[in-house]
Amino acid sequence: MTEQTIPSNTDAKGKTNAADRKEELFTAKPWQLIWRRFSRHTLAVISMWFLGLLIVSAIFADMVAPYSPFEVQRLRTLAPPTPIHLFHEGQFVGPFVYGLARERDPETARVTFTADTNKVLPIRLFVRGDEYSFFGLFTSDIRLFGVEDRRNQINLLGTDDLGRDVFSRLLHGARVSLSAGLVGVAFAFVLGLTLGSISGYFGGWIDSSIQRLMEFIRSIPTIPLWMGLAAALPVAWDPLFVYVLITLILALIGWTHLARVVRGQFFAIRNEDYVLAARLAGATEFRIITKHMLPSMTSYIIAALTLAVPDMILGETALSFLGLGLRPPVVSWGVLLQDAQNLRSISLAPWLLSPGIAVVLTVLAFNFLGDGLRDAADPYGQ
Amino acid sequence: MIAFIVRRALLAIPTLAFISFVAFVIIQLPPGDYITAYAAELRHQGEYITEAQEAALRAQYGLNDPMLVQYWRWISNIVFRGDFGYSLQWNAPVSSLIWDRLAITLAISTLSLVFTWIIAIPVGVYSATRQYSVLDYVFTVFGFLGKGIPDFLLALILMWISFVYLNLDVGGLFSAQYQSAPWSMDKFVNLLQHLWIPLVVLATGGAAGLIRVMRANMLDELGKPYVETAYAQGLSEARVVWGYPVRVALNPFISTVGWALPALFSGDIVTAVVLNLPTTGPLLLQALKMQDMYLAGSFILVLSVFTVIGTLVSDILLAWFDPRIRYA
Repeated sequence: MTEQTIPSNTDAKGKTNAADRKEELFTAKPWQLIWRRFSRHTLAVISMWFLGLLIVSAIFADMVAPYSPFEVQRLRTLAPPTPIHLFHEGQFVGPFVYGLARERDPETARVTFTADTNKVLPIRLFVRGDEYSFFGLFTSDIRLFGVEDRRNQINLLGTDDLGRDVFSRLLHGARVSLSAGLVGVAFAFVLGLTLGSISGYFGGWIDSSIQRLMEFIRSIPTIPLWMGLAAALPVAWDPLFVYVLITLILALIGWTHLARVVRGQFFAIRNEDYVLAARLAGATEFRIITKHMLPSMTSYIIAALTLAVPDMILGETALSFLGLGLRPPVVSWGVLLQDAQNLRSISLAPWLLSPGIAVVLTVLAFNFLGDGLRDAADPYGQ
Repeated sequence: MIAFIVRRALLAIPTLAFISFVAFVIIQLPPGDYITAYAAELRHQGEYITEAQEAALRAQYGLNDPMLVQYWRWISNIVFRGDFGYSLQWNAPVSSLIWDRLAITLAISTLSLVFTWIIAIPVGVYSATRQYSVLDYVFTVFGFLGKGIPDFLLALILMWISFVYLNLDVGGLFSAQYQSAPWSMDKFVNLLQHLWIPLVVLATGGAAGLIRVMRANMLDELGKPYVETAYAQGLSEARVVWGYPVRVALNPFISTVGWALPALFSGDIVTAVVLNLPTTGPLLLQALKMQDMYLAGSFILVLSVFTVIGTLVSDILLAWFDPRIRYA
């Protein structure tokens, strides 16, 4: 890859370089070719890094978030985001935030917050905060960043109507929302792969009946169906169980798309020589499907899976937003957006919409990543 | 052609029967029934009914019968008498509650479908004929954004903008003073002020996807020899593009009208809840939460029937457009 940056002085050198590159291209392994194609899609690469960062901070949300998502601050309700400053009175002091002064409007009796420019709170890394338990593995009180003054807070995205830190809640919500998307896709993957491969491999009446079933599922408006199924979950159930069921509900409808991709691929390679060879060699049908045919379409399946994640995330968000999906105290992006449901709260505290922006960014990133993967899925094409 | 239409229409019947059954089963799924929810609601208000009263109510509404019996009673009344049952919560026949709302839903969905097409077709054609131009990139970004932003978020943001910056009264279809006023120019203007948000929300979601489809189809067609031939004959660009490749590229467009409808209905439900529109969404949500099963079931059934009809219409349109499908 470095050859491309070296300017070729002579024709001869240029030729050998080209020959080298050609040879490299011929001997490259498929995943190298896929990676090469993929890295040409800049947006997809950026999205990959963004999602990687998001997933890591979601896993380590306890550590990255400066506060507990449930910690109520009675004197800091609906506080606006605290901007990060670098200069205090013309002097460089490194990143810091100002303390917040709480005032009451004498006419409307509404609480307003103003920056208290006398109080400089430097942002420190690895400060001690409240104790948390990391997935029950160990307990710690080290937070990635924060301010040392216990009576003040750094609220990157403000606080909600109970004085809980929106940024911390956002990170903890990412855990639920992202994993709901991924788990939902995993369920859909199993269903779609099984039915799609059966449909594509055997054809005939099996194929047409599975096709009818898929058409039928597609013909029902999704949200009413989701709503109907989600409303069937009793309020009193364990939130974790409800969460698994919600992902199952999302997958129950999402699998048709995957099945279509798999079926199309099966039709395309069913009559290839190597499949015929495997059949003549006496391989069982299960073996032909799993050992010979499926590996050849792994990259397509991965791309289709990536493109299926955003729908799941949007579905979970919409359901929770309507109050039919996950419910508080579970924190997910949809649940967080319930706070921003009416006009009054948005005009009073626009930062409550920030989980929505997180949803949009994540969905876009998955779309770009899926696009890049789909382009790279067939490295031998063109 | 007639044989094709009849065949497709006959195929739709088993689908409809199956959908009605699924709708009913979904409504039956929640543990407990309307009486349970009703008793809980009463307890909430500090009153209560006895077990015996609950049992009497169940017997009165026929909630103790086996599910198949209840289903048959429900569906046979709909098919033979057009009677959709009784909404237990509203204490009124379902048909008196749903038709107004369904009509508004259908009107808004159709309007936004038309808008979607008006946006998507020219933009898709432009993006394909001027590939990699500045506007093409702008439209591409718009397409991805439209796919990524959830309907309700867009509705919230537009509502906020029009409230704070445009000083418009939002939510519902009319302002309070026009609610029961007779039709006039002012009322119409007022309607438009309210209607643009749902239309924009629903149309962007659909248009974003369709622009990509249209662009891809056009790019496939533009490289074909017949386009070159047309150019070589000295036809103007507009005549070449709109006369030949666009007509071919529209094909997959028409075949997806059927899928656009369920998407629009779905989008409408969430948007309507946010914007407090008098469409099916808020009432369906309410009915589902209260386990008002005849009302919720009828909504899901009728919306699904619309979808099946939409698919049927798009199949027929497609066959009319493309003889290869008709005679396949």
